Parts: sequence; structure tokens; C-alpha cells
Amino acid sequence: MTWRGRDVINILDFRRDDLDRLFSLTDQLVESDYRAPDLSGRSVALIFLEPSTRTMYSFYSAVNRLGGSVLPLSMAEATSIAKGESLADTIRMFDSYADLLVIRDKREGAAYYAAEVAESPVINAGDGAHNHPTQAMIDLYTINRLKGGVDGLTIGVLGDLKYGRAAASFILGLTLYKPGRIVLISPEELRLKSEVRDYLDSRGVEYLETSSLRDVVPELDVLYVTRIQKERFPDPLEYERVRGSYRVDLEALSGAKEDLIILHPLPRVDEIAVEVDDTPYAKYFLQARYGVYIRMALLKLVMGV
Amino acid sequence: MDVENGILVRKIRMGTVIDHIPPGRAFIVLRLLGLHQEPRNRLAVIVNTDSRKLGRKDIIKVEGIHIRGETLNKIALVAPEATVNYVEGYRVVEKFKVRLPDEVVGVVRCSNPRCISNSPREHITPRLEVVRPSPLRLRCIYCERYTDYEDVIKHFFET
Ligand SMILES: [Zn+2]
Repeated sequence: MTWRGRDVINILDFRRDDLDRLFSLTDQLVESDYRAPDLSGRSVALIFLEPSTRTMYSFYSAVNRLGGSVLPLSMAEATSIAKGESLADTIRMFDSYADLLVIRDKREGAAYYAAEVAESPVINAGDGAHNHPTQAMIDLYTINRLKGGVDGLTIGVLGDLKYGRAAASFILGLTLYKPGRIVLISPEELRLKSEVRDYLDSRGVEYLETSSLRDVVPELDVLYVTRIQKERFPDPLEYERVRGSYRVDLEALSGAKEDLIILHPLPRVDEIAVEVDDTPYAKYFLQARYGVYIRMALLKLVMGV
Repeated sequence: MDVENGILVRKIRMGTVIDHIPPGRAFIVLRLLGLHQEPRNRLAVIVNTDSRKLGRKDIIKVEGIHIRGETLNKIALVAPEATVNYVEGYRVVEKFKVRLPDEVVGVVRCSNPRCISNSPREHITPRLEVVRPSPLRLRCIYCERYTDYEDVIKHFFET
């Protein structure tokens, strides 16, 4: 499918060959540390109705490196929107100035709706617990780049699989490939939501669910870590009880394969111990660095430049 | 006179008979059709009668009107096997099954409170795809979360 003019709402809107194209372009950008005025005279609106400095700066930086201009929605304006303007009106306003809209909103389905309203292409930068497709692209790219592909690998996903949008988008993204095995590691309370589970089942994807990180560590080629938030537990004592068993530290990694890679969508709180940062497993900072290049490649493909 | 499970129910001269409603759901159907309050027409509701097809079923007879239009398809949300019969001169002149469309538009709202379509400021017409008719499962086109039979019932009884 052609990339030009396309909305980026859900990782499942893409096929493997679409991602191949994105990733090979990203390779070129990474290798040349690309900067060029490809977007000169074009503008991109960053409509962040929920604060997310990290994702916003990543897009900001991607637009800048391509010489485009950014229409940022500051928090002050976001607040005035929070006071009463509808998303549809906000989108229409930005649509009339910008060539592309990047939207972040905590309401699930907001990006899909924005794409219905807007004429310009829309990129989803996160909608509640639902989707975060550009993060999934970064994750899949990182695995492809560091491991030479996704097929055949044993991939562990750790943390909040129920409410975590990064984990959900990553898991769905894996179905575009043929991983050897997907291992889902979480407390009972935060197991995969049925919508994602049914999708895996309908595609005949095999996965193993477990509550024990330690049991599965030796098998893993990739460990994708996400945060477990206290608010997800009705009982704070239960949270205190489980958090220790999902913390990734040197001890938890003692049986790991030598070439295991650990990814994390960031920001991290304490789910990966700082001592892990100095090991060869730690690839999450590199992964974050690829984020800008993935977003540059996306902008180039969607804008056709 | 018709003998339905030992209960005498008068045949209607002209009107609509909704048959093959799952047992116990006749009152929900009445509600979906807006016939639950101040009905102007004569109504008979037969609950839990024998059915060759379903074992047990409910039947609704409404005298004086042929209920038509989109409202009939709402019935399929709770009674996917229901049939509608139009009666004239004590005879069934037309008979058809209700049909659940592939997408239910503007009838039920998404069960996910964090969904954009439930945001009061947006005025979005909810659109839910049918995953399966029975037990009913719908999926919101916006947030992709499921809305199940129980959610639909809750929706109709809250509003
Ligand atoms: Zn929804």
C-alpha cells in the first residue's frame, strides 16, 4: 500500500512490507544521521491534549531535522480546550493550517475520530490505553535492527498488559511477524485484555502467559518491559506484594542468554534497576534514539518527500 | 381464540406479532420499541411459552399497527431469532426475521467510559460493529473495546 497521505492510527493498519519500507528508510536516516530541508514550507501540528514531553519532543525534533515548521499546541491552549472546545473543532482549526496532524489525547479512539474529521493525514501519538502505533514501530524497528529480524525469536513482554497501550500495540505489532514464541509476563490482574487476546487467537498466534519472570528469563531473546502502575490495583497491599517480582535487576537476569536485549518505551520509573543500564542487555536508550529517525521516516513517507 | 401453552390469547385482527423472542426478554423488546409506557395499542405479552425452535420463548402481539422501520432491527440486539408477522383480517400477510446490521449506528453507546464517542463534548454518533449476534458482542469502531449484551441492557435501562 502507498504511504503517501496515509493516517497512522493503529499498528494493524500496516502490513509487514509497509514496515519493511519504513525500516529500510529509517536505516538510511540512522546511518547518515540525516538532516535535510525536505519539509521546508510544510507545517506539522503537534496537538498534545495530554502532557507527554518525551513523545512531543521526539516529533518536534523529527520535524525540525527535516526543516519543517511546527505548530505546537501549548499546555495553555490545551487547557482552554480542556475548558470546552470539542476535539472536532480543534482538529478543524489545525487542519486548515497544517499539512499533517499529530495527536495525543487520553480518550480512546480520539485519533481515529480526528482522522475522520481532518483532511490532512493524522498520526496517533497515543490515545488512552488503546494504541501507540509509532512506539510499536520503534520497538519493532529496534528488534529488526539489533537482531536482524523478528521471526523465530522468543519475545517476552513484561508489565501491565491490560491498560498499557505501548505493550498492547507492541504485541499486536508482533503478529505482523512470525516470532518463535511470545511470552506474556504479568500479575493476574494485568493480563491481556480480551480484545487483544481474541485477536491473537483469531490469528493463531501462540503465546504463553505467566506470572513468573524468573522462570522464563533463560529462554528470552527480547524482553520488553513496561511499567506497572499502582493505580491499577484496587488494593495497594497487592501492588506492594507484586511489584518486587516484576522488577528487572541483575539478579532477575542471572540466567539470561548472553545476547538478550531489553527494551522499554520509557519513561522508566523503577521497573528496570539502574544497575542494568551498564549491561549489554540494555537497549532502551538506543531504542529511544531510534525514535526520532522512525518519526522522520514516517513524516517523509506520509508527506511523500 | 389461540391456545398458547394453556393460556387463552385472542387472535388479533390487524397488527404485529413478534415471535421467537428468547424467554424473559419480551419486556426488554417492549422497551426497545417504546411500548413500555402509556401504550396506545392493545398489547398481549406471552412469556415463557413452549417453542419447538427455542424450547421456550416469548411472544408479543400488538393490535392496530404494523410496526416498521429501523426500530425493528433494534429487536435483533436482544432477540436475534425473532420473527415479525404482520396480521390482517386475522391472517399473517407478511413474515420476516429481524436482521442485525453489520454495524449498529446510533442505537447503543460504547461500554468504555474513556471512549471518545462517550465524550459529552463531541456529539459523536456511536458506531459498533457486530462481532457475533448471540450472545451479543459489539465492538466500537473508535476505541475497539467490546460492548456485550449485558452492557446493552444496562444502556437501555439507564436511558
Ligand atoms: Zn468506544
